[in-house]
Amino acid sequence: MPTDLHYLAILPEIITAATGIAIMLLDPFTAPQHKGRLGWLGVAGLLAAGVAGAAQSGRTMTAFGGMVQLDSYSVFFRWLFFGVSIGTILISLQYLKREGVHHSEFYALVLFATTGMSFMAASVDLILMFIGLETVAISTYVLAGFKRSDPRSNESAVKYFILGAFSTAVLLYGIAFLYGQTGSTRFDRVAEALSAQGPSAFFLVGLALLLVGFGFKVAMAPFHVWTPDVYEGAPSPVTAFLAVGPKAAGFAALVRVLYSALPDMENHWGDVLGLVAVLTMTVGNVAAITQSNIKRLLAYSSVAHAGYLLVGLVARNELGISAVLYYAVVYALMNLGAFTVVVIWSGAGETRVHLSDYAGIGFRYPFLTGCLSLFLLSLIGIPATGGFMGKVFLFAAAVQSHHVGLVVIAVLNSAVSAYYYLRIIVIMYMQEPAAQVPSVEIPVPAAVALVLAALGTLLTGLYPSALLDLASRSVLAVR
Amino acid sequence: MDSFWLIPILPLVGFLANGLVGKRLPKQAVAWIACLVVAASLLLSARAFYALMQVPPEERHVIHPLFTWVESGDFVARFEFLLDPLSAVMMLLVTGVGLLIHVYSVGYMWAGEGFYRYFAYLNLFMSSMLLLVAANNLLLMFVGWEGVGLCSYLLIGYWYFKKSASDAGKKAFVVNRVGDFGFLLGILLAFLTFQTLDFQAIFQQLGPEGEFAAESGKWGTLSWIAFLLFIGATGKSAQVPLYVWLPDAMEGPTPVSALIHAATMVTAGVYMVVRLNPLYSLTPGVSGLVATVGIFTAFYAATIALVQRDIKRILAYSTISQIGYMFAAAGVGGYAASIFHLSTHAYFKALLFLGAGSVMRALQNETDILRMGGLRKYLPVTYWTFLAATVAISGVPLTSGFFSKDEILVRSFSSGHTVIGIVGLATAVLTAFYMFRLFFLTFHGEQRLAPELRRGIHEPPPSMAVPLVLLALLSLFGGYGYGYLEGFLEPVTGEPLPARGEHSEALVLLTAVASGLGILAAYLFYVRNPTWAAAAQQALGGAHRLLWRKYYVDELYDRLFVHPLKRVSDHFLWRGVDERVVDGAVNGTAGLVRDLSGFLRQMQTGYARAYATWILLGTVGILVYYWMGG
Amino acid sequence: MFIFVALLLPVVALLAGRLLRPQMGHDTKLRPYECGVEPETDARERYSVRYYIIAILFVIFDVETIFLFPWAVIYDKLALFGFIEMLVFLGILIFGYIYVWKKGALEWV
Repeated sequence: MPTDLHYLAILPEIITAATGIAIMLLDPFTAPQHKGRLGWLGVAGLLAAGVAGAAQSGRTMTAFGGMVQLDSYSVFFRWLFFGVSIGTILISLQYLKREGVHHSEFYALVLFATTGMSFMAASVDLILMFIGLETVAISTYVLAGFKRSDPRSNESAVKYFILGAFSTAVLLYGIAFLYGQTGSTRFDRVAEALSAQGPSAFFLVGLALLLVGFGFKVAMAPFHVWTPDVYEGAPSPVTAFLAVGPKAAGFAALVRVLYSALPDMENHWGDVLGLVAVLTMTVGNVAAITQSNIKRLLAYSSVAHAGYLLVGLVARNELGISAVLYYAVVYALMNLGAFTVVVIWSGAGETRVHLSDYAGIGFRYPFLTGCLSLFLLSLIGIPATGGFMGKVFLFAAAVQSHHVGLVVIAVLNSAVSAYYYLRIIVIMYMQEPAAQVPSVEIPVPAAVALVLAALGTLLTGLYPSALLDLASRSVLAVR
Repeated sequence: MDSFWLIPILPLVGFLANGLVGKRLPKQAVAWIACLVVAASLLLSARAFYALMQVPPEERHVIHPLFTWVESGDFVARFEFLLDPLSAVMMLLVTGVGLLIHVYSVGYMWAGEGFYRYFAYLNLFMSSMLLLVAANNLLLMFVGWEGVGLCSYLLIGYWYFKKSASDAGKKAFVVNRVGDFGFLLGILLAFLTFQTLDFQAIFQQLGPEGEFAAESGKWGTLSWIAFLLFIGATGKSAQVPLYVWLPDAMEGPTPVSALIHAATMVTAGVYMVVRLNPLYSLTPGVSGLVATVGIFTAFYAATIALVQRDIKRILAYSTISQIGYMFAAAGVGGYAASIFHLSTHAYFKALLFLGAGSVMRALQNETDILRMGGLRKYLPVTYWTFLAATVAISGVPLTSGFFSKDEILVRSFSSGHTVIGIVGLATAVLTAFYMFRLFFLTFHGEQRLAPELRRGIHEPPPSMAVPLVLLALLSLFGGYGYGYLEGFLEPVTGEPLPARGEHSEALVLLTAVASGLGILAAYLFYVRNPTWAAAAQQALGGAHRLLWRKYYVDELYDRLFVHPLKRVSDHFLWRGVDERVVDGAVNGTAGLVRDLSGFLRQMQTGYARAYATWILLGTVGILVYYWMGG
Repeated sequence: MFIFVALLLPVVALLAGRLLRPQMGHDTKLRPYECGVEPETDARERYSVRYYIIAILFVIFDVETIFLFPWAVIYDKLALFGFIEMLVFLGILIFGYIYVWKKGALEWV
């Protein structure tokens, strides 16, 4: 029996999991028209978990036989995940009703996925990391297929499931290699064994397979192939969640495992990730240029952004990881925001997701399109938005560690990306609207999410210090 | 002097006010807000300028920190503004010309829809430009730098319902992004090298006692920084090879062209080079490149302007050409001369555009000068003010343009850049020729107007006429303060007045002769013997077509960059991988014809299998990489 | 060296098979083999989704029992901690049970 059973260390996860269970339990007893209340219960649970997380900030402890580590790093990501999940629920409340799939299991699944993400960031053991990852994966498989009667949603879920299972198997294989060589799944023991034995073939194979598994999760090229199809077919709020939550969680775990478990192989993973970063950015941006479906476009854009994030990882210095954390937050804000607009504008049955459906709506819906423009500008990396500062930090870190070639490609990529983001703005403001611009109502919770995301995007651009401080304090736990 | 930090902020306030509630305000209120904030900035700039003059030169350096913007380890950037002679001059210029253009716009844009939107963008543009000018570090400068790019995109594409306008806006933005790519890399490299982005701190390291003084003259890191930043400048300031966006930017409302071409946006690159003159002084290789690109652009754009027919397009190429002069001056070390030409150019170019706007307004947006002519008697105010600007840009003696152009040529010759000086002189001839060609064809000769346009030609309202007159006065007499300006800028540009060469008198004469030649030729061709022009065009068929099509550069760029990228994206990554490989796997084996509507087809595992294959290939790729590497 | 041989072997074997075997692709030969009986319908038939639900639920509660056995064996050593942990585990499953029950997943209409 382990002696370090500090339940307090995982209190936020306990709260989110318990709230999820409570929602499922209450669901059969809730009248269909009141399902929204369970969504709010989910929000309350996430807020409570956030508060519980805040109460622990500043403390560092290891719990459950060295599986979980409570430190500023896990606290940082917990807050990010809770925020993302709250945003997802806010934009889903009206959406689920509109699409006629208002089942409270949705909220429960989001909470379960949140629990998993949270554990991914907090785990210092390959097994727990894997379980967290699987919790996220299985919840999101179901979420992707949440619109049961919509073939697109089904298709998305099946593809995601099959490929996810495939990549998870690869990841597990990698874990097995590492365990086989070191005799332990704990990060610190793996690191010890590595520095004692040197990077043998087993380590290399383990590392390679691990990178593949995470590559799938965070959609690095060429493991990104699933993203466009899955993102396009999944219900839009789920797409938003997928593009933000699990991706950030993947990076959280990847950073932790690379820096804590395999620091002595940093040249090995640094090289490969550098190549992968170039490939990812380029494929994402170039493929996005010709997309005509906004969800597909944003899917490729999320691939490209994974590439930018990798640049920070490749930098292998403190600023680099801080920048990854910083950009993860900014990316969450702007992507959630952009998808919120997509959710609202797509209309019942998600019929308006083609770029041409956005023609000329700029001055008809100034709030929606204004926000979307802001998020797109931030995705381009225009100054005064968080996206700009994030890119500056990422690229500055890489320059600091003399990865100039990588930065050149990254900056070139972000110049290319301006083209397709801008196209959306051009279509919204500078094209003739369709004969009849449909009218949409903007639900209050989604509007709140939108405003918060917009404010966050601006604030991180105008006053990045606060967040960057927090991020750089958080990385100390890892490095 | 302490309140100068409000100068960039006030237009931002105007932008917010008009942007947020402008829709519900009457047009008068919108106009007042927009103009008043700029007027207030102008007053503050004047006050700051005056205050600077009151203190001894070595104290003319005020920093106003607002807050610490970014702080992370070594990476510190403050949100702070710098007031020194250079930024004071620029702020005065930007707000002054900007205010006149604002006032003019009130009359020009009155009839259109979205009046508030226009002024909101205009204010934002001013704010970005002032931020760029007032910034005390490279990162903040970059914010303004991108800001003007963004606003120019909004303003050029302002008449979004015109496809050409929205395309032009996009082109401007994307081409600028290519330049910004260099600029951003330059900033990052500067940070890596100096560990700071503050101007003063960088200059300290570049100074005689600094650690980089030894690198002077070598083609090393410093040169790379200067070079990358200059790439950004070629984009923003429309120099070869990134000038292509500027002629298209004519699609915006004419006052916007005036604003972009005169005091803001395109001068940003020149300002940047002058601001970083300690860096460029240490990197003669890059400075030489700056001068070469500048003078080449000046000549090249002038040749294109010779044959164009669109009034705004001619002015656009003349802007490119004049900015080229400024870069040439900066490149040969004449930083003060560069700023001097920047300021005189601001006067006459703003005036030319506003005059062109006045003509177009009178002729219901006709822009083809071959279909104008004889407008002199209908538009006397426009005629006389336009003449003032034309003589100034042509460098007729004793006008502002004459002094500034002469100064550039003097600097080129006296610093030993003879070729640049000679090309500069040749360009001066061309400039006088094409400007007077434009002038004669528009205002003199017989009327070639479409019949329906002949009625109702009238002068603009006073709100438009007054800025014209003021700018005309500045164009004529704005060149007399050079001696003072050079002295005032000395703490920044850091050079003592060089002993003028003994040949400078001869140069003055040469400059005058150059402009006289051009004017004479234009007179002979377009007033005296109008048939000569057609004959010349006939005789020079091929050359004329080459110039008319602007050396086919747009077509070339399309072929070289735009198409391939699209093709890769379209054919390979999307059609290729997504459809051909994947569908091929599905359809080929199943022998089904591809049908678009069938998402059932997509349900087949063939898709996922193909995806899994990619994942597998990636895995093998990484494993092979490790296997080969160790 | 070994890896080359390992890779080569299946490739050679498959290629040899392809080259040597008689090519007689006709209808009957391509049909699914069903113990010699003529297949009447497509082999891929749709089952009622309820089979799956029941099967999955069975697996879950079956696994629960598997956990209970080892727990019972060392119950003394685990003491109160073990008791509470198992309560939590069973509690979650019981919540799930209530959920599927109320959702009607156990009804066979």
